[in-house]
Amino acid sequence: MGIKEKILTKSLNVFHLSSGSCNNCDIEIIDCLTPRYDIERFGMVLVGSIKHADVLLCTGSSNRLAIPIIKELYEQMPKPGFVVAFGSCGASRGLFKDSYNTGKPIDEIIPVDMYIPGCPPRPEAIIAGLVKLIGKLTAKPSLRGR
Amino acid sequence: MIENLFKFIVFPGFIFSSTMGLLAGWFDRKITARLQWRVGPPWYQNFMDIAKLFLKETLMPRGASKAIFFSMPIFAIAGATLASTIILAINQAPESTFVGDLIVVVYLMIIPALALMLGGFASGNPLASLGGSREMKLMLSYELPFLLALVVPIARANYSIQLGSIITYQASHGPIFFSVSGVLSFVVMLFCIQAKLGLTPFDMAEAETEIVSGPYIDYSGKALAMLKIAKAILTFALPVLLITLYFGGIKFTVNGVLIGILQYVLILLLMVVIKNTNPRVRIDQAVRFFWRIPTVLAILAVVLVYLKF
Repeated sequence: MGIKEKILTKSLNVFHLSSGSCNNCDIEIIDCLTPRYDIERFGMVLVGSIKHADVLLCTGSSNRLAIPIIKELYEQMPKPGFVVAFGSCGASRGLFKDSYNTGKPIDEIIPVDMYIPGCPPRPEAIIAGLVKLIGKLTAKPSLRGR
Repeated sequence: MIENLFKFIVFPGFIFSSTMGLLAGWFDRKITARLQWRVGPPWYQNFMDIAKLFLKETLMPRGASKAIFFSMPIFAIAGATLASTIILAINQAPESTFVGDLIVVVYLMIIPALALMLGGFASGNPLASLGGSREMKLMLSYELPFLLALVVPIARANYSIQLGSIITYQASHGPIFFSVSGVLSFVVMLFCIQAKLGLTPFDMAEAETEIVSGPYIDYSGKALAMLKIAKAILTFALPVLLITLYFGGIKFTVNGVLIGILQYVLILLLMVVIKNTNPRVRIDQAVRFFWRIPTVLAILAVVLVYLKF
């Protein structure tokens, strides 16, 4: 495990993008900041601007209007940056798989590093997912410029 | 020359001030977390944040004016470091003071806010412009009571605009804080410092939840890291300026340093508690507040110091 990965995983700033979600996942993300779960212990904070972010947390079923926005935000994220597909909709479009306005799941639009399934995922599941993301990053020999 | 460079870069300049400032930033985050019944980040969190930003890509927004956008973080960091160096170096050796160093420090402390404002305008982002314009209005509102309150220590120390003679005056006559005018102008200073550091009642310029960090919005990587370090240095330097002006400065002996740290932590704690117990005000409310209450208090303090209270 290199020093670069260690520094990066100690301070993950999360940008939260709702690509047409039902707002339930978004509420659960806010739950992680509350006294009971407090992800600031691990140095994770929610940031308002994608230019400050290391993790693009993508909720929702990625509808047609959101697809160009997701692409643009992924390009604007300073690299190395990572993408987490959040919730059942983020992972696979969930209930809206055959809907007329959900063209592609998120992992066919941009490269996804981690999935956190659930509808919505419990805060414990979110923390477990982020810990797995950290494990995956630190297991990598290098960050491959992503 | 070498000695001055050492002072500027290592102690009490860049390395020392930024380390202390980042630790102060951690203290702020930890106290905020404890006030909200959270655990809060570990002590090295802010160092990790800065180190991470240096590892990341630095992006330039399309349509931004490149020269201004990338030179402003350097200006911010240079101004803050120089101000901090002058304050601490004069605390260390009060006889090394020069005429008007207090005015130099006051002007140097405006530079980070000015640089942030110009950088925000240069990025071409509408939200950054909005943040920059709010920063400008906020500066107009807090500079007046800040300068008026500054008159009190100057007048106390026999109308001398030297930090060194203010320190030596307090060494013989006791701290300026222990007088009616001293307390009044200290309170005014505290409000102004809260606004200068962009802490919560007056953080409308970089409102995270409203205009997504205002002028910072398009900064990333190393440029953002430099702006954060500049802010950390100011977080360190401004309470030290208060200690210098009102509590007789920090003496560089074991006891003196311990008392200085205690005073610094108490002032910082007061600022963090104010930050956590107040909602963000609008820019017009902030201007109205600063031009009414602290300005009137500062004028009252100046009158009182003239009447020798």
